[in-house]
Amino acid sequence: MSEIDLATFKASPFGTEICQTDILEAFEFLDDWEERYSYIIDLGKSLPAFPESEKIEQNFIHGCQSQVWLIHKMDEADKKLYLLIESDAIIVKGLAAVVLATFNAKTPDEIKTLDVEALFEKMDLIRHISPTRGNGLRSMIERVKLIAQNN
Amino acid sequence: MSNSTLNLDEIRQQFPILNQEVNGKPLIYLDSAASAQKPLAVLEAIEHYYRNDNSNVHRGAHTLGDRATKNFEAARDTVQKFINAKSRQEIIWTKGTTEAINIIASGLSSSLEKGDEIIVSRMEHHANIVPWQMAAEKCGAIIRVLDINEQGELNVDQLDSLLNERSKVLAVTHVSNVLGTINPVKTLIQKAQKNGLITVIDGAQAVPHFQVDVQDLDCDFYVFSSHKLFGPTGLGVLYGKTAQLESLPPYQGGGEMIERVSFDHTTYNVLPYKFEAGTPAISEAVSFAAAIDYFTGLDRAAVEVHEQALLVSAHEQAKNIPGLRIIGTAKQKVPVMSFEIEGLHSSDIGTLLDQQGIGIRTGHHCAMPLMDYLGVSGTARASFAFYNTLEEVDQLFTSLAKIQRMFA
Repeated sequence: MSEIDLATFKASPFGTEICQTDILEAFEFLDDWEERYSYIIDLGKSLPAFPESEKIEQNFIHGCQSQVWLIHKMDEADKKLYLLIESDAIIVKGLAAVVLATFNAKTPDEIKTLDVEALFEKMDLIRHISPTRGNGLRSMIERVKLIAQNN
Repeated sequence: MSNSTLNLDEIRQQFPILNQEVNGKPLIYLDSAASAQKPLAVLEAIEHYYRNDNSNVHRGAHTLGDRATKNFEAARDTVQKFINAKSRQEIIWTKGTTEAINIIASGLSSSLEKGDEIIVSRMEHHANIVPWQMAAEKCGAIIRVLDINEQGELNVDQLDSLLNERSKVLAVTHVSNVLGTINPVKTLIQKAQKNGLITVIDGAQAVPHFQVDVQDLDCDFYVFSSHKLFGPTGLGVLYGKTAQLESLPPYQGGGEMIERVSFDHTTYNVLPYKFEAGTPAISEAVSFAAAIDYFTGLDRAAVEVHEQALLVSAHEQAKNIPGLRIIGTAKQKVPVMSFEIEGLHSSDIGTLLDQQGIGIRTGHHCAMPLMDYLGVSGTARASFAFYNTLEEVDQLFTSLAKIQRMFA
């Protein structure tokens, strides 16, 4: 569990103001790969700032082609898990936004039942979470599921 | 078109995989340094072998076994000729370059002593670093590093100051998989030999681009892979001078590599079989020979001219992309261009090129010490082969410009 204060976590719009359905609706209006990836890039740019002090080994998710960091905090009041994710690659950040729209600000029990793969499938982005991709995205999802299990 | 005499249309017809669409765009394959595509001759050789000759080698008392053995050993002769080895027994089949280096490093570790020094270069692939570290750990040897300059060329003069009475092995790559640099290995080998070092050359990135003559180089060992040389995966070549191979202990025990086995004592088979325990990769060896025959049947001079034209065009057009930095600007290069673009992550470049049908490699390219030295976490790498066209190079830069606009 991160030492960063809860307010920093709660400032994230993902999972509250921006949910799966919002992303899916926006995506439906995009015609070609250029528009879809421009949208992913914009999502990536809109990801809340990740504390520099938390870019440490224990928060690091190994991927061959890009680096990913993930921290979490449990709000004992509402019993929800709050997540922050960072990557050095913008598209990975954009895809992390999709992950956060799904899992952020949810209870561990909710996270266990939520399916992000179906969403990636609908968005025709499923290749990004295939086991052969070394971008750490799949490990990112597994890490979130693990955190939910341990909380 | 380039001014070479290569008929690219004809050549591309020999590589059926190139004729497809990826993500709705014509495939542009710029990752041959990771694995090269296979000509029809290779595909046909694999099928022919399994349809007609499949059998174990050196064993069967029957016709198929004889045919398989004959073709398998003929492939060894093809490789011998390809690199101009003195004798066929100097050609050992391995799983690949990596296994070949492991065989050498593991074998030499039994004769190296504590404090002995192994020299590798800053630009080595992990496959030419880690086996030496493992060997060093076993025998107490020390790894010394030959450095590079800003262009990505080896600091040849530094070798003189590295060499001392404890220096025992020099292991360097002929061509850098990241930078494309062609190293002056002959000079390095001569310097090392004067000091009595054993020389090991990683030729994986060299043999697909220019002719290699191991007798002219006079190295003790030279290793490379089939799959980067238009042949099948799972097969590599370990060339070693006979005397070196004789004194190197076997790597694995089992069938084929023995002469006589009893529970008291086992005597090993002669070269090259001493290093070929178990049933070898037969169809791979046979079809690899087809790859070499195809490749050497091309006008090699024209191949080099064409590949250099691809590289020159890429370097020229790179100037038109603001913020693009080429990593590796050695004077002697194979057609490999590593680069980074300011503000863009290599993985983003790779993803968005893939959307446009273009396959490149991104990341650390199994050369983390080099990445650390360059101060980058990874690069994007476009690597070309003779079947690539100048139009494909143009398309790479059109696509890169488009990506840059998407991030603007």
